[in-house]
Amino acid sequence: MPARAVNDFTIRVATVNGSGSQSSNLVLTNAVARLGIPVAPKNVFPSNIEGLPTWFDVRVSALGYQCRARDFDVLVALNAATWQQDVAGVKSGGAVIHEDVFPCKGDTFREDLTYYPVPFTKLAKEQFADKGDLRKYLMNMIYVGVVAQLLDIPLATVEESLRAQFRNKASAVELNMSAVNLGLEYAREHLEKHDPFRLVPMNGKTDGLMFMEGNRAAALGCVMGGCTVAAWYPITPSSSLCEYFIQYCDRYRVDGETGERNVAIVQAEDELAAAGIVFGAGWAGARAMTSTSGPGISLMAEYAGYGYFAEVPGVIFDVQRAGPSTGLPTRTMQADVSFAYTLSHGDTKHIVLLPATVAEAYEFAMESFDLAERFQTPVFVLSDLDLGMNAWLTPPLRYPEKPFNRGKVLGADDLSSMKSWGRYRDVDKDGIAYRTLPGTKHPQAGFFTRGTGHDEEARYSEMPEVWQRNLDRLVRKHDTARAAVPAPVVEEKKGCKIAILAYGTTHHAVVEARDYLREAGIEFNYMRLRALPLSPEVATFVKRHDRVYVVEQNRDGQLYGILRTELPTHLIGRLESIRHYNGVPIDARSVIDPLLEEERRPAVVAE
Amino acid sequence: MTVNLIGLAREVYKGLPTTLCAGCGHNSITNHLIKALFEYGIEPHKLAKMSGIGCSSKTPAYFVEQAHGFNGLHGRMPSAATGAKLANRELLVLGISGDGDTASIGLGQYCHMIRRNVDCTYIVENNGCYGLTKGQFSATADVGSTQKGGKVNEYATIDICGLAIELGATFVARSFSGDGKQLVPLLQAAFSHRGTAILDVISPCVTFNDHEGSTKSYAYVKEHDVVLHTADYIAGGREVTVDYEPGTVRDVELEDGSHVVLRKLDLDYDPTDAITALKTIHDSRVRGEFVTGLLYVDTQQQDLCERERLSRTPLAQLDEEQLRIGRDEWQKLMET
Repeated sequence: MPARAVNDFTIRVATVNGSGSQSSNLVLTNAVARLGIPVAPKNVFPSNIEGLPTWFDVRVSALGYQCRARDFDVLVALNAATWQQDVAGVKSGGAVIHEDVFPCKGDTFREDLTYYPVPFTKLAKEQFADKGDLRKYLMNMIYVGVVAQLLDIPLATVEESLRAQFRNKASAVELNMSAVNLGLEYAREHLEKHDPFRLVPMNGKTDGLMFMEGNRAAALGCVMGGCTVAAWYPITPSSSLCEYFIQYCDRYRVDGETGERNVAIVQAEDELAAAGIVFGAGWAGARAMTSTSGPGISLMAEYAGYGYFAEVPGVIFDVQRAGPSTGLPTRTMQADVSFAYTLSHGDTKHIVLLPATVAEAYEFAMESFDLAERFQTPVFVLSDLDLGMNAWLTPPLRYPEKPFNRGKVLGADDLSSMKSWGRYRDVDKDGIAYRTLPGTKHPQAGFFTRGTGHDEEARYSEMPEVWQRNLDRLVRKHDTARAAVPAPVVEEKKGCKIAILAYGTTHHAVVEARDYLREAGIEFNYMRLRALPLSPEVATFVKRHDRVYVVEQNRDGQLYGILRTELPTHLIGRLESIRHYNGVPIDARSVIDPLLEEERRPAVVAE
Repeated sequence: MTVNLIGLAREVYKGLPTTLCAGCGHNSITNHLIKALFEYGIEPHKLAKMSGIGCSSKTPAYFVEQAHGFNGLHGRMPSAATGAKLANRELLVLGISGDGDTASIGLGQYCHMIRRNVDCTYIVENNGCYGLTKGQFSATADVGSTQKGGKVNEYATIDICGLAIELGATFVARSFSGDGKQLVPLLQAAFSHRGTAILDVISPCVTFNDHEGSTKSYAYVKEHDVVLHTADYIAGGREVTVDYEPGTVRDVELEDGSHVVLRKLDLDYDPTDAITALKTIHDSRVRGEFVTGLLYVDTQQQDLCERERLSRTPLAQLDEEQLRIGRDEWQKLMET
């Protein structure tokens, strides 16, 4: 998508990881938002603690697009190791702010770019000689000043942003402001602006919005959803979800007087144990969750199957990263969808929630505990690295108005008023039986929970009809869930016969792609799936269209595969698959180009 | 009809008929458990019976039918037990495992349950072999012990008790399925103990590991059982009424005020000394013996719920009011 120079371009900051550039990146991002201009930061970082290249893209988008931009226009180059590669990537007509000692002559010099050399290291050395380890952070803050000067960000705005970043800690704000000023002054004196990129304050577009990562929102959802037991094993990119949960629980779940805690959080020995703790707690009546990524759900498969078959509630967050195997721990994909959906051996089908936004990361987290207890089953919340770890501009999260829905649980009084009770009897014909919790004081309350074959009374059984009846009831339960999980979001114009179907963070690329295609005269209807099992609406939506393009971030078209399995045979031929799987978040072009190719239309996107 | 101290009949503590082989050591343990639970006077609804997979793990179906049971996954009972206890700390969590379940597939969870000192009683019904899959060696088989077909185990044995003490376990006992007199009070002491109580109970597999050449056969165990002491369990608040000859007993007071009184045999044995316990276990193994009794106890450690400072009210019973951030606080949070 071509940049429009004013409030519509992307800044890429190329640094070395561990060099402390994160604060300056966030200060810059925040400053842009404070000008009222929508901004979407994307951190593309290595699986490493110190010394490898890392990139931070600040996408400035007046129209509010939140997906990654494929190209970037302004480069801040602070990493000698990637210098040539970084320069080669700048879009024609772009600008390069760089450490002045980086070589700018010879084959790699580009006539089509504006170069702004700045002696970052020298300035930092001279100015912050006495600051020791802080110097590297301050050096990064110098770039913020340079960018502010070149792009017209008022100093006061940068200062506000700094204050927010350093929580009004005066000494930190002052010191960092001096670095910003240093950059700003240098730029004012030595750099003559030749590029077209500018920021012009806007009104109303970012009012009331805040930055938040999906993992933080999900952690808040766990607090508000009443999660009381969390067990986890650290893994990128999900660790921060549990760490935020710990942070919030330390603050909001501790009795000020007694120090007693309304939560138990265990760092388990592995993901097997984390899942075991979750389902043990769920069985005993607590709302429990674990948070992990692909390699973790591989280990959790056995308890996921147990939870499904023995019908025990539990919530599993899978913040997806690039797989298979260890894959790319710090890159994003939506490649666990089909695995999570059927996680475990045997015939298994889980409820899977697919949040696309920070608000949904929060709401679905909250909702997942209700669903897990209502359906007495594991619920997966499939986020991804892009949603989980990047900061997104979002409206404030809404305070929940609904009480917990704890599902069909019988207490001692209920049991007393009943003639008989069987743990797996389908009394209501919705596949969901009634359960009791350990600790219920009634002689009929107890039952034997098992992963082995069982009859309606929870007794061991190898009878063929009993076994099959139970499997069929589980299907009935799964079917009941179709109407209970978050419904798809549909944007449809009558008469339009082609459509896109997407889910999760792919949504943001679809939004931009549809706008662009509409301007080019091609309308696509859109269904955003928000959960599995499939809502009945999916089939009717496909039925109304000649072609439905399923866009997702994995190699094998996993949701496409699920749809082909589950939709009526006569609709399958209408599905097409578009896939993006290079590990960085999907951009609009990755949707537009294949769509146009499939639709046999000429490319409309200017290079 | 005889009733226990909470007025329940012994029948209440029974379960479904066993489906294990006639003569299985596990059935004896089940009977000892019924007696121990009956005498202890546990309210059935407060008992959570947890198990993994294997012959041993079937046994929770055979006692206290009214109680909730959780027959989980192979080697993964400790994690489920941990979760259950965290969810409802008022439950008496009783885990039943086997030697395959504990020492092989579940060794990691076993270690970490101990490390966390989860308040539960953890019984290993130890027969040195995989019964349900027809007699393969387990990791507790002794070096030189033979399978029914004559195959000799050449791999080092994992000593569940020694390992537990090394990991910081706070209650470690070994006993024999055939010695109810010793086992019943040890079980009751384990129920009273706050923290993980390990009971390694040698329990011969009558079908696959009861032959000559096996070191877990009835004959071998009877011959090589070195009883460290017999034990009496005296519930909290009760006076010690038995007359013990002075200097012949060691009295251990447990966390809930109950006592386990260890009677003689080796008076010098100090169950609060981990080094002595480890040496005793090691030496007996070298001699091809089983030393049985309360090997080690430490009543001074916090259990997991205490370390986590969990609310007195079980977590499972907390409501929106107690769990959600208040509306005003939320407002503030959204503004920062």
